Amino acid sequence: MSLPSPRPAPQQPPRDLPRLMTTPPILAMTGISRRFGDVVALQDVSATVYPGEVLGIVGESGSGKSTLLRMMNLEDSPDSGDYRLAIPGAAGNLFDLDRYRRRMLCARHVGIVYQNPHLGLLMGHSSSGNVAERLLIAGERRFAVLGGRAREALDASEFPLERIDARPIELSGGMQQRVQLAKAIALEPALLLLDEPTTGLDVSVQALVLDTLKRLQRDRAITMVLVSHDLGVIRTMADRVMVMRRGRVVEEGLADQIFQDPQHPYTQALVHAKL
Amino acid sequence: MTLQTPLPAAPPRAAPPCAASGAPAPALPVIEVEGLAKHFQMHHLGQRLDAFAGIGFTLMPGQFLLLTGPNGAGKSTLLRTLYRSYLPQAGHVWLNTAEGRIDLARAADVDVALLRRREIGFVTQFLIARPRVAAEDLVAEPLRLAGAAAPEALETARAALAEFGVKRELWAAYPSTFSGGEQQKVNLARALILPQRLLLLDEPTASLDAGARAALLRRLAALKAQGVAMIGVFHHPGDVAGLIDAELNLDSRETRDVAQ
Amino acid sequence: MTALGELTRPWQAMSYGFLDPSAKREMRRAMLKAVAVPGCQIPYASREVPMARGWGTGGLQVTLTLVNPGSVVKVIDQGADDSVNAVSIRQFVQKVAGARGTWDTQEATILQSRHRIPEEKLREDQILVLQVPNPEPLRPVQPNMSLARQMHADADYGRLWLVLYEQVVRSGRIMQGASYPALVNGRHVMTPSPIPRWDLPKLDMARHLTLLSAGREKRIFAVPPFTRVQPLAFDDIPFRVEDHASLVCHRSGVAGFFMNEIPQPDGSARHELSDSHFGIKAIRRSEGEAVEIGETWYRNGAVT
Repeated sequence: MSLPSPRPAPQQPPRDLPRLMTTPPILAMTGISRRFGDVVALQDVSATVYPGEVLGIVGESGSGKSTLLRMMNLEDSPDSGDYRLAIPGAAGNLFDLDRYRRRMLCARHVGIVYQNPHLGLLMGHSSSGNVAERLLIAGERRFAVLGGRAREALDASEFPLERIDARPIELSGGMQQRVQLAKAIALEPALLLLDEPTTGLDVSVQALVLDTLKRLQRDRAITMVLVSHDLGVIRTMADRVMVMRRGRVVEEGLADQIFQDPQHPYTQALVHAKL
Repeated sequence: MTLQTPLPAAPPRAAPPCAASGAPAPALPVIEVEGLAKHFQMHHLGQRLDAFAGIGFTLMPGQFLLLTGPNGAGKSTLLRTLYRSYLPQAGHVWLNTAEGRIDLARAADVDVALLRRREIGFVTQFLIARPRVAAEDLVAEPLRLAGAAAPEALETARAALAEFGVKRELWAAYPSTFSGGEQQKVNLARALILPQRLLLLDEPTASLDAGARAALLRRLAALKAQGVAMIGVFHHPGDVAGLIDAELNLDSRETRDVAQ
Repeated sequence: MTALGELTRPWQAMSYGFLDPSAKREMRRAMLKAVAVPGCQIPYASREVPMARGWGTGGLQVTLTLVNPGSVVKVIDQGADDSVNAVSIRQFVQKVAGARGTWDTQEATILQSRHRIPEEKLREDQILVLQVPNPEPLRPVQPNMSLARQMHADADYGRLWLVLYEQVVRSGRIMQGASYPALVNGRHVMTPSPIPRWDLPKLDMARHLTLLSAGREKRIFAVPPFTRVQPLAFDDIPFRVEDHASLVCHRSGVAGFFMNEIPQPDGSARHELSDSHFGIKAIRRSEGEAVEIGETWYRNGAVT
């Protein structure tokens, strides 16, 4: 039996535009391109997220997935592309906003959990203070409300409340991620961005953090974008998956389809490497 | 491949439209499959695995279609293709929804996700257990997602668990700690709690004890009477003999072919 | 042909008011900017003056720029006109500008101060110059000054609020004593220099101009007349001044003003008015002298 010569990578089968989903997407990014010098970080990437769903973005390091997530948090701008969020006060292409408006918009409506807790937390301040800061930035000036809501958010993130005054630097990695998560959900964001939230944690701790995320997702129907190189994490969490490679989206689909019937050679290699 | 189409006319008992989704006029079929084809391209092996091609059938409300054929004939593959876990290469899967006719073969991912919540159920023998979710909450969840109030949903869920013979003391426990048999009962109770328009059954009776199998048949019969259309794969079709309206035989010799 | 002498002025040993005209011009420009953007820190060159940095050189440069022969200058240090530093600065300004010195708040046109604002209300025709050791309220929360400036630009004061929040969490109240951060004109947060909380309400919608200058850090900022100055405070934990309302000055018998605490050998404490010349005037009046005491910011221990 002779093997056939390798065929070119197939195009994704065409899909219709959404017809039944009448709610507009909460996040719509189109044509995002970004270069760093000669390196193409993102090439014509588009992404859509509907209310209540979890979009998983998977790819190896350097695939552009974290760059894309940072743009969703308006920390960086592309060379070209359009970004819209269906939240009050966010009209037009959000990349056109100045730094102040970006910061205020994201502080109020977008929560983020970074892989590196140092990026998301003030290590010298208490855990409750870290959560309260988010509320303070948004203009909350009632001390009782600040304390109460910080506690509530930490509790929802399953952070042990007896350690509420501990500084993140004194906490374990899993606990630090819970503080980040509490901070991110304290204002009930329209969008929760998760950048490798469990990478670097022990497997057992990782499972607990994912479990917390799932509970939050179920109880509050928070819309999430989850970036990870770990297919297991994506499989546990995501409703839909985008596979990225070298700054491009190579495949996109329902999570079970991506894992059971991957189309692109790269996705197949990823999935088979995992199984 | 032997294809027994068209199916016989819908039996009289299938007349009432599905209660769950305010179905269109009862004259419309639930699902119309045309020329459906599926193969798997395995790039790392440079191989193509053909599953089936040229599948076509029409299913009216309340009809039960049994998929038959030897192992590897593509029965489960067809179910998963209808559920869009697999992407077909050709053909159409027309679903008549309250909002109009939708081709599941090409529908947007978000639409498919929506239809899975509202109109299409998939029942396997495997439970996707989630940690720290009580059995009764897991079973009640589809009702909650469909908008039922929490107390009523929980009550219905408990009744379903009792029906399938899950012991009362397990209702509030986490199924991830259950034995395989008990997990399967929870799974069935959950998968069948919400009357959907189309139910895909992938060997749900496998390894069920007699009591649970009887409960499953009662539930399927009740759903069928409500107008739920079903497509199923059963190891022992005798289990569901009384429900079957039609058979579709997928013959492996003609449809399965490794690329030369 | 024009003689060189017609175009130039005779050589002088020193410029009027010590600073050379170009230094004063730069100061005036910085001060105008500071007035135009209340609470915003404006950089300036900070010239050498015959005094060590950190001893009031910022305030002195402002005073030297503002002063003219008709000025009446009062200099206080922690409320006292007679401390060595206050006396030295006042004498220096008198010497280089020919201005008159005074201890009386009512009489002064320029008041340079370290750590206090006098108890008598200031008028539109008076200017308060505060010496500032550290002009950056964000320094404790953001050591990187470039980032701190960006935070000011974004009105990003979350971390400042966070410090107050954690003080209340830990201690049940805000522990910040002096240099209490305040929002100026609803936009910039400033440190009002190390004046006690007691003095902060005096800046809110005041009739006078306040200039705050840090010589070592080379920053100047201002609270123009009739500008809102709001101490950072939670809605349900209001800003409070020091509990001095009930204290009585053991020398003048006056009560309801900011007091210095003088520990006694037996462990108790006596109190005396921190604004020393205000105390002197009170004593003189009680002894029957016809002394004019101006309207005060506080009456019976409460802000009027």
